[in-house]
Amino acid sequence: MNSVLISHTPVPVSSAPLLALLIRNRVCAGFPSPAEDLGAQRIDLTQMLITHAQATYFLRARGTSMEGVGIFDNDILVVDRAVKPRHNHIVVAVVDGDFTVKTLYQRAGRIKLKAANPTFADIVPKEGQTLEVWGVVTSSIKQFKV
Amino acid sequence: MYALVDGNNFYVSCERVFRPSLNGLPVCVLSNNDGCAIARSNEAKALGIAMGAPWFKIKHLAESDGLVALSANFALYGDLSDRMMSLAAGLGPKQEIYSIDESFIDLTGVPGNLTERSHKIRNRILQWVGIPCGIGIGTTKTLAKLANHVAKTAERKPGSYPEQLAQVCNLAVLTPIELESVFAATPVSEVWGVGRQISKQLIEGNVKTVLDLVRLDPAMVKRRWSVVLERTVRELQGTPCVELEHSPQPKQEIACTRSFGHPVTEQSDLAEAITEFASRAAQKLRKQNSLAGQVLCFIRTSPFRQDAQYSRSITVPLRRPSADTAVIVAAALNGLAAIYRCGFKMAKAGVMLLELQPDTVQQQELALEDDDAADRGRLMTTLDGLNQRYGRGTVLMASAGLAGNRRAWSMKQERRTPGYTTCLADIAVARA
Repeated sequence: MNSVLISHTPVPVSSAPLLALLIRNRVCAGFPSPAEDLGAQRIDLTQMLITHAQATYFLRARGTSMEGVGIFDNDILVVDRAVKPRHNHIVVAVVDGDFTVKTLYQRAGRIKLKAANPTFADIVPKEGQTLEVWGVVTSSIKQFKV
Repeated sequence: MYALVDGNNFYVSCERVFRPSLNGLPVCVLSNNDGCAIARSNEAKALGIAMGAPWFKIKHLAESDGLVALSANFALYGDLSDRMMSLAAGLGPKQEIYSIDESFIDLTGVPGNLTERSHKIRNRILQWVGIPCGIGIGTTKTLAKLANHVAKTAERKPGSYPEQLAQVCNLAVLTPIELESVFAATPVSEVWGVGRQISKQLIEGNVKTVLDLVRLDPAMVKRRWSVVLERTVRELQGTPCVELEHSPQPKQEIACTRSFGHPVTEQSDLAEAITEFASRAAQKLRKQNSLAGQVLCFIRTSPFRQDAQYSRSITVPLRRPSADTAVIVAAALNGLAAIYRCGFKMAKAGVMLLELQPDTVQQQELALEDDDAADRGRLMTTLDGLNQRYGRGTVLMASAGLAGNRRAWSMKQERRTPGYTTCLADIAVARA
């Protein structure tokens, strides 16, 4: 009798008493604001776009070589220098002393910068030349005239 | 235990973040009005350019050695400084921001290997912000400052100090013999608080290196020199005498002075300049919640020119202590009218606010005269708010003139780089 299996039998949910929420606000006559208890924060674009505030800089994209990934002329690039650059990251690199935005290709010991537009050739560092990645592009902002 | 984090050739390093093509070139940053070199890259130092070298004397190096000179871009330096400081703060629980490129960190209670930790923070500042730093660690602030000098010099001049002290130098973990040899290799003039006069006297007294200084008896130093130098010696010996300062004391004097881009002779032009300086000073005054009792105004010609010389200042007392821009400007302009002489080429002018007191203390008085003492605090708050939000000079006293940077006395900043991080129209371009 003691060994009755009850695991497959549905067990009714116990109905514990519900704790009433502490009322902090004064009770006012009229319809209470339904948003009062939610305490939601408004969406903050800065928080969305910037993870490392001290490491984030904005740069302006100029040119058409990255249209394939959605970076167009005049877009604002959000560049995070705290992110470690990896294969397929979109990066800002220093080429001949100037900034250029390209996709980082890093496979089988080979490193190069690839454009996202078939009319542009890859940038391959020459013998002894180091490729300096300045930062990783985490977003691109496009603003429209209104 | 203290650390001192200090950006290497800070202004030049800031410029290089956004102009990598400047890496490896001799670069210097010039003071206001492109007067003299206030920051030099290592390559520029190697050309023999001294701190404070006048631009006209080193100009020829631009032709002969490719020296690049830039006008100071303080908006950029201020922003990068802020980023650097907030990362440096990660080193320990308390921080004192000592200048735009230096901060002391109190390392009390920080566990683990402080040298390793400092290397990590240094690498983070370099990677995240783009600024190379030197970090010095010691049991007192004076030793931390000295350690910082060692960390930087060991990196810049290989062979000057042991290689492993480069970038991060922790004097607290050196053996007594190692510490002595570091002290012996450092001239006494590099010690924090030892100025040019004192170091000359010390050298005459055969105290040439830090080792010589640290071996002096503090009591004797107090008798022969001063209590200030005594404190320095005690700090070098490892006894903390200088605490970390968390919130800077309100200033006892506020000044806004400027050299002009071109010589100014007209009173109307000087009045514009004086108005702007007085307005700027009044704003600083309100920022620290103080009132001024006296306004000093001065004008002078350039001592470096062959022209007729004139230099005068005047102190104008205020009817009652005030932080009202209009009151302070009016006092400064009254002062200017009293000291102005025509026919002189004025090179510099300034306004100083004296007899400062907190704005919470207001002396009550009998209202015998009828003057408009109405509280204009709200107007001033609004004025500061507008200028903060829409940019400096959005709302100004009309006597400051409306021609902006084209005013006769405006600063010369011919070589200034854009506000890469503070103005959206100025952000750097990446080729896509």
